[in-house]
Order: sequence, then structure tokens, then C-alpha cells
Amino acid sequence: MNKKKWLATPYVVWLAAFIIIPLILIVYYGLTNDSGNFTLEHVKNIATHNNMKALLLSLKLSLISTIICLLLAYPLAMILTKIKMNSHSFIVLIFILPMWMNFLLRTLAWQTLLEKNGVINTILGHLGLPGISIINTSGAIILGMVYNFLPFMVLPIYNTLIKLDQNVINAARDLGANSTQTFMKIIFPLSLPGVVSGITMVFVPALTTFVISDILGGAKILLIGNIIEQDFRSSRWNVGSGLSLVLMIFILLSMAILAKYDKDSEGTNIW
Amino acid sequence: MNKLIDLQNITKAYGDNIVLDDLNLYIKENEFLTLLGPSGCGKTTTLRIIGGFENPDQGNVIFDGKNITKLPPNQRQLNTVFQKYALFTHMSIAENIAFGLKIKKKSKSYIDDKIKYALKLVNLDGYENRKPDSLSGGQQQRIAIARAIVNEPKVLLLDEPLGALDLKLRQDMQYELIRLKNELGITFIYVTHDQEEALTMSDTIVVMNQGYIQQIGTPEDIYNEPKNAFVADFIGESNIIAGTMVEDKLVNILGTNFACVDVGFGKNKPVDVVIRPEDIDLVAPEQGTITGRVTSLIFKGVHYEMEVMANGHEWLVHSTDLSPVGAEVGIHVDPFDIQIMNKPESDDEEAVILDE
Repeated sequence: MNKKKWLATPYVVWLAAFIIIPLILIVYYGLTNDSGNFTLEHVKNIATHNNMKALLLSLKLSLISTIICLLLAYPLAMILTKIKMNSHSFIVLIFILPMWMNFLLRTLAWQTLLEKNGVINTILGHLGLPGISIINTSGAIILGMVYNFLPFMVLPIYNTLIKLDQNVINAARDLGANSTQTFMKIIFPLSLPGVVSGITMVFVPALTTFVISDILGGAKILLIGNIIEQDFRSSRWNVGSGLSLVLMIFILLSMAILAKYDKDSEGTNIW
Repeated sequence: MNKLIDLQNITKAYGDNIVLDDLNLYIKENEFLTLLGPSGCGKTTTLRIIGGFENPDQGNVIFDGKNITKLPPNQRQLNTVFQKYALFTHMSIAENIAFGLKIKKKSKSYIDDKIKYALKLVNLDGYENRKPDSLSGGQQQRIAIARAIVNEPKVLLLDEPLGALDLKLRQDMQYELIRLKNELGITFIYVTHDQEEALTMSDTIVVMNQGYIQQIGTPEDIYNEPKNAFVADFIGESNIIAGTMVEDKLVNILGTNFACVDVGFGKNKPVDVVIRPEDIDLVAPEQGTITGRVTSLIFKGVHYEMEVMANGHEWLVHSTDLSPVGAEVGIHVDPFDIQIMNKPESDDEEAVILDE
């Protein structure tokens, strides 16, 4: 085995060049000022009114999206597991298909659909129905998040459900549990690892996104991602890195909480 | 005789594949009944129909006088021990055992007593707080049994429960199961493809093949008087030879007449003859009914396994006395050790090549 260790070298180089070094740079920029001296000033920047507002809004919207994703994805994953073998790969494919399209394009498509004079309002107008004005609201951002991240919730849950031993479910029925009790006491607890990794995979990108809020929120609604993006674009690397560090702490915190429920980390391997 | 479970005209097909064809079977109270057969014979499907996990396409399941064909598993007064234990891995051993009792809303003290009692019964006291994953296969199997019996079912269904265990443990568990059955005084319905397991534990064995019942009887009946070539072949090793019933108590095998004890087959009727390898005595050539030459010799531990070429047939012989390869021997079979069977009348009775 030892002889083959060198095979890992390209991956180690990759890891160092594109993950470790950028991370170290962010920590470095976040904790130093222009002249390279240590300071917490950039990290403390989060406390300003606008930044705090953006962070809280980000947390709120990503939480709501995660919950909606979970509520939609769980029943869907259950239905998918019930479908017969030959047709189910087709249905999973249908589900993953949108993910093959560019993420930006998908979000832009929603913008076109939702715009004031967009596709949906045009159709509604033709039908003589009042138009909807959802674009540039938090609602549009949540819609965009749910639409883009739903597959990441469905797949890990589906993976854990499909691996459940049918006889374990039979055993619960055999011991007197009705279908509701079987679900609450057996199926759901056993699928928790999938739920946990689904939550992580939706919550984290939703918390950090700036593209969805940019396109569907107009420039009016700023999430913490947008603020960090603007900082980097206007070459305020130190401020951007400082805020990134704060965001990272939130992500690590949420993952630590989730990890408690994900003891055998099943399903997380979808990454 | 009290029929506790009565299966009436059960038919079950998956698509074009008929798994059970008009099966009729009853199970008595307090009986250890084994469904025995090769894989795909319908034994597990039969068990699942009794347990309520499958619905028969036709026919009725009568339990204690009531028709329960359409009743879901959680409303049946029986419990199942599944093939791969099917323990709830997210719960402790105590929670696993308490599952059925908690559903039935029993009091905490009652449940605690029951857990203690059940763990003692399966020789695992003190394991309450362990997790299923930390137990060996044999221990998990005992927990699966404990989890089922605390509910005081009238019938315990066991689906190849020992299949995943190694030989020694399997043998120990066989005695354990007999002890449990006697202590609990309930009916066991046991599914296995292992004929030795079936012979050791059962009061009644039901031999199945391709969706049909081939023979029902006590272990002795099944072994000593197989009804057809399939049963003879499946239960233990045997010499199955085509013969002709010359008259009552006389059968012609490979051109030589042998005395037997069977009557009522008619005259000059073609039959199948079964002779167990341990029932063949190798004697001096002049004392044998026929003579032959030993062609192979294998030491099997308890006995030698020899093949003797005689009258154009390879006779399989088990004996504790050795006859070397090439030796000229006589073959003698006591009349009551010759078992005569009718030729199979339909395809489904025919012996199939066993895949196990």
C-alpha cells in the first residue's frame, strides 16, 4: 500500500493550492490591517447596522428556505422510494435534470418569469387576472433558494430511505405499530442522517449566496453574501475577509449542532 | 385436534411467476412446524402471508377460527423473527424489546419486568443498555426473539433465523429454540432450507417445492418414508433407483429381485426405489444380493463414504467399516430399509437440481 501513496500527491497539491492556502489568506486578511498588523476591527465590522441587518436577514431567509425544502423533499423522497425499480431512475433523472443547467441561467429564468412584465404576469393579464409583484422581495429570494437547492435536500434523504431494510419496517408493523407510529418511531429517526446532511447542504449555500439575492432581489435586498461580494469587488479585501470569518463561524456552529444528530454520518458522502 | 392456523386454497403469484398454487395447510396449537424446501419453493411467501406482509391472490388465512386474510400485520396475534434480525439500530436493547409493549401502552413496571424476563430467557441479562450494533450475530438473533416473545404471541414465525450464524452457533441455537418453545408453550412456525435443522427441531415438517407441498409428516416419516424422489433427495443423501414392483414385498432393482416390505403397488409396476446410503451393508461377495467393486472411498469423520459399482449403477454407501478401492464386495439391504415410491405423476413432483 505504501508504494501507492505518491498517487495522492496531486490531490494534496490541489487541496493546498485551492482550499488550504485561500483559507489561510482569508484568515490572514480578516485579522490584519493594510500594514499587516493584527486587528479585530474587520471582524467587528459585522456589528454595524447594515451588516448586522444583512446577516440576520440571511439567517432568516436561509432558515425559511431550508424548512420549506425539508417539507417538500421528505414526502417526495418517500414517494421516490416507493416507485418501482425501472421507472424510478427515470424520475430521479427528471429531478436532477435542472441541475445540469447553469445555476445562473436557472435563476435568470426565474427573473424573466417573475418580472413585473414577465411571463407569469403576461399570462395572468391575458386571463384577466391581477398580476403578482413578487420580484425584488424576500419571497422571490426564498423561491429562488428553494428551487435551486431542493435537489440537495431530496437526494440525501432519498439515499437513506432507499437503504432502509424493509424488514425493519415490517418488524415495527409486526410488533403492533400502525403506519403513523412506524413512521414516527422507526422510519423518520433512521432517516435522520439524510435529513441532517440535506439541511447542511441547503442551509450553507443559502446562507452564503449572493447571486440569488442579486438577481431576484434586485439591488434592494442585501444579504450578507452581497455585502461580502461588494467588499471584495471594491478591493476591500480585509473587510470582506473579516465578514467571511464571522459567516464561517455561523456555518461551523450550525454544522456542529447538526453533527450531534449525524452520528454515523450516513448520506453526507454525497458531497 | 385444534387447528390454530388454517391456510385454505392459498394462491400467490408475482407477475407470471406462480409462487404458491392452491396451498392447503393447517397448523396445530403448540406445534413446532417447519416449512422446508429449496429457495424459491414458496416457504417464505407462506410465512409472510401468515404474518400479513403479503396478501394472497386467492384463498383464506384462518386464525383461531377467524378469517384474518385482510388484517394488517399490526393487528395479528403473532410475531415474527426476521432473517437478518431487523433490530432497530437507533434504539437500545431495552427499547427494542419494549417497542411492542409501549405501542400497547403497558405500564412502565410491567415493561421493565418483561424486559428482564425476556433477557433472562435468551441468556442475555444485563444487556439492557447496549446498542444492537455492539452485539454479535447470535446475540442479535436472541434479542430479535426476545423482542417478539415479550408480546406473548400465540404463534412465533421464524424466517431462517439461523441462516447467518456459523455452524457451531447454529447447532447451539437449535437446542435453545427447542427449549424456548417448550418453556413458552406456543406455536412455532419455522422456515428453513436446512434439512438437518428441520429434522432436529420440528414436530412436523412440511416439505415444499415449486409452490407445492410435497409431504407433511414427522421428521421420522419424512426421513424414513419419503413420498417421492424430491423429498428423498432433499432430505439427506439417498440412492434413488428406477425399479419395478414385481409383486407385493418383492421389487426388481437393476435386474435383481430384492425383498421389501411394501405392498399395494400392483404387479410389474414401475416405481422409484429409495435406499439410504447408511442402510446398505457391504458383505462378503458370496453373501450379497448383488456384487460390485468399490470405485471410490472418502473419509467423512463419522463414517466412510464409498461408491460401489454394481449392476451398472453407482451405489452410495455410508459405513463405519472400510472397504478399500477395488475390493470386490457384496451388497445387502434389509427389506424394511427399501422404500418404494410411485413414479411422479406431474412435473412439479419431480426432483429438481438443488441450488443449495
